[in-house]
Amino acid sequence: MITEFSPTEFTPWASLIGGLLIGAAAVLLMALQGRIFGATGILAGFLTPTNSSDWAWRAILLAGMASGPLAFAALTGHMPVVEVPVSKTALIIGGFIVGIGVSYGSGCTSGHGVCGMSRLSPRSIVATLSFMFATAVTVYLIRHVFGQVVGGA
Amino acid sequence: MKHFLTYLTGLIFGLGISMSGMANPAKVLNFFDFAGTWDPSLVFVMGGAVTVSFFGYRALFKRYETPAFEPRFIVPTSRVIDAKLVGGSLVFGVGWGIAGFCPGGALPALGALDANVWVFFVALVAGIFAAKFMMKLTAAKAARRAA
Repeated sequence: MITEFSPTEFTPWASLIGGLLIGAAAVLLMALQGRIFGATGILAGFLTPTNSSDWAWRAILLAGMASGPLAFAALTGHMPVVEVPVSKTALIIGGFIVGIGVSYGSGCTSGHGVCGMSRLSPRSIVATLSFMFATAVTVYLIRHVFGQVVGGA
Repeated sequence: MKHFLTYLTGLIFGLGISMSGMANPAKVLNFFDFAGTWDPSLVFVMGGAVTVSFFGYRALFKRYETPAFEPRFIVPTSRVIDAKLVGGSLVFGVGWGIAGFCPGGALPALGALDANVWVFFVALVAGIFAAKFMMKLTAAKAARRAA
């Protein structure tokens, strides 16, 4: 699980503009479909459809989301950077755990972190604090405790 | 028109994720690595997104009774803070810390056609189905006990 940890460039402007666009998309989805823009809920509803019109908007929204990198490439001339500093095993284990966690926790960074926090939902605030805390602890353990035990980092 | 606007909404989200760095696990993991190679960029993502949706939602609900394509707004109203919410969120955090992708970052990143994103995505979908299965078992057990 341990590989090299290289620093990444601090990008306040790109990240702020990206955040503004994410927020704008959340407001737009509420204005059009009357729904929270939570990636977990949209994906779960797409995977286990209740009726065809409910499935259709989710499929179209997901297609739009996955087109984001292409729009980015059209604007900047290159695909967004996707650097994965962990092994395939970590991606599989982590992905499976994320799937279980977001299902039981009823949301993720977009649903709880952006949409719920901005509605001042107490559930979302508690959820966001919980997963941010757990992520930070996990990263610390993997990089600074477990990493030293196995002699890496 | 309806489908086009929905597509455009997804595209704006996906473009935002691509610009923000949320589709890049190296950046996400560095944000959480306070004791190491800390990159505070993601504060700006969260700050920007929450600010826009905070004011945007308020303006929207003040001006309109219903959304454009549906009969009503469907907004979660539960205020229950239970073990399922906290436990699930903690588990999500552990997975996020291991893989570096969250669902909102990974779904747009699928379009970047990087094999790693698809590996994460398949595992994520498996995890969602596993959770649904476990919840069904728990519900069935509770129903049997009640009967």
